[in-house]
Amino acid sequence: MTAIAAAATAPPPRKSLWRRTRNSRTAYLFLIPALLVMAIITFYPLVYQVWMSFTNYGLTNLKAGSPLPGYVGFNNYQRILANNIVIPNFDFLRILVFNLFWALSNVILHVVIGVAVALLLNVEGLKGKRIYRAIYILPVVIPPIIVATVWRNMFDPRYGAVNYLLNGTVGALFKLPPISIDWLNQPNPIFAAGPLILPLAYFALLTTNIWLGWPLNSVVATGALQSVPKDLYEAAEMDGAGWWAQFKVVTLPYLRPAMLPYAIYGFVITFNLFYLSYFMSGGGPFGQTELLVTTNYRLVQEQHLFGVAAAFSVFIFLILLVITIITNKLARATAASDA
Amino acid sequence: MTEQTQVAKAPVLAMPVTRTRTRHRGRLTLGRQILLQIICLLIAFTCLFPLLWVVSMALDPRNLSRPDGLNLIPQGASLDAFAKVIAQPTANPVTFWQLALNSLFIACLIAAISVGVGILAAYVFSRMRFTGRAFLMLAILAVLMLPAVATLAPLFTLLNRIQFGSFNLRNSLIGVTLAVVAGQLPFAIWNMKGYIDTIPRELEEAATVDGAGSFGVFRHVILPLSKPVIAVTAFFGFLAGWTEFYFSWAFLQAPKDWTLAMALNGMVGQYAANTKWSEFAAFAILVAVPVAVVYLFLQRYIISGLTVGGVKG
Repeated sequence: MTAIAAAATAPPPRKSLWRRTRNSRTAYLFLIPALLVMAIITFYPLVYQVWMSFTNYGLTNLKAGSPLPGYVGFNNYQRILANNIVIPNFDFLRILVFNLFWALSNVILHVVIGVAVALLLNVEGLKGKRIYRAIYILPVVIPPIIVATVWRNMFDPRYGAVNYLLNGTVGALFKLPPISIDWLNQPNPIFAAGPLILPLAYFALLTTNIWLGWPLNSVVATGALQSVPKDLYEAAEMDGAGWWAQFKVVTLPYLRPAMLPYAIYGFVITFNLFYLSYFMSGGGPFGQTELLVTTNYRLVQEQHLFGVAAAFSVFIFLILLVITIITNKLARATAASDA
Repeated sequence: MTEQTQVAKAPVLAMPVTRTRTRHRGRLTLGRQILLQIICLLIAFTCLFPLLWVVSMALDPRNLSRPDGLNLIPQGASLDAFAKVIAQPTANPVTFWQLALNSLFIACLIAAISVGVGILAAYVFSRMRFTGRAFLMLAILAVLMLPAVATLAPLFTLLNRIQFGSFNLRNSLIGVTLAVVAGQLPFAIWNMKGYIDTIPRELEEAATVDGAGSFGVFRHVILPLSKPVIAVTAFFGFLAGWTEFYFSWAFLQAPKDWTLAMALNGMVGQYAANTKWSEFAAFAILVAVPVAVVYLFLQRYIISGLTVGGVKG
């Protein structure tokens, strides 16, 4: 297409290379600062990381001027897949399955609650909408590290606000003995099926992340709801459509294009959510709430296995690549079904 | 978001008709109004509960080591916990101001570099067609996919090898800044490019007719119109530095270099047997409130960026 247009308009004598590349030269001139910075601190370390993943980079290779590490081939990758790592309770498959389940369960609940609250605040005649909207946005503006550390203390078995709240409400109502649930360290999993193990700590993390995550989904959903033409509802009502049918036929087609990209974005963010796992449960009990990113951090920070950590990062990158390809396909498939 | 509300309000002529209809349809019965209000209040309570709890712990005049119950509204208030935590938040002889200054240094530098270096690149990617554009954009997208934590190993080892006398780049605030910028700069470029894409090209034509070159258009048209996204991107860079934990915790050693997040880490969990929860709460408030206030101010821009960028993918 462009070739045809160019052939039609280009004058017979070819311009010199210098003149033809004028646009590109200006572009690269402007790009020099950003490309230079990224080449040194972003792209070079990533390439270096791939090289590191094939070496036994360790503490002895750290100092300036110390010998370079030895080449070990795919040994680091094999060690990870064979769970031959000194971290206690290391199980690559279990961590991966838990991480996927963690992200998926969070995003589904975020979207469902976010849409439900958006619908609630969209009810005509509801008083105090503005105040509620202002309150509901508050969890979003608190830095995640503060959220994680505060909720860590809220789930404390002896002094935590969650147990105090349970004692004051459910406990007082049914005259139960004092409740002191060890939310973050209770050792017996609530659910276990093959590599998927969900300890009580998972539900504590889930609660925290729902608190943190639904409000923005609600904001995005509210924006989409406001774009639904009101007469569509009236038309549906005249056709005798009930509440659920109206939601499915009128509301959902307007919600989906706004919510789906945001849900995909939320999935990747939650998949890599470092703070909650690291600060609340510390990956426990028995490493069952460890995520890929926290494991990667421990490999460097606690074990100083730089080579293994690099290989682990390459795995993370490949997994995220597959996730991106799948979600892109998913987004395209639903977009096509809308048309 | 603003666009969408405009769309919703657009058919002005139809307004009176729909209004009479909705008055009939939209008026809530008292029973339903009460029911919905109860649900809304319950949700509001869940949002506010952790915040109330932290504020009450920090203000409680008894300055409790551990809360003795659910005192959401403390009896009286005192700023003792704040005073203590400002004087010496950790076991190290470092004041809150020293920690805050370190975090502020990292945060401002990250914001300045990611926006200052990124904005011109964002303009180029948005407006110019050149050889290698698709490849470079793909490279930036690929970097965005990888979480920053997963680049710890190479950044640690590479920065550690840069040593001038007793100064080690890894063991310094500059080193932490560079490590964060490595991930923040591609994000900044991508974020600002998405916004510049939405600026109508017609606005540039007047400047081009007046004889402005590419840089003139950037300076006099794009830059002034990009103020909202520059503010938001700078804020995200600031936030990344202000609450930065994993690079600082892995890189920094001397207590004088500690950041707010590192001190916070020492106040919870296994290290925190001697930390009063009232002081932890006061510290958490001191860290969170400045950024929370700015976030609330920028909220409108951040959210419109989310929806615009989100729909475009």
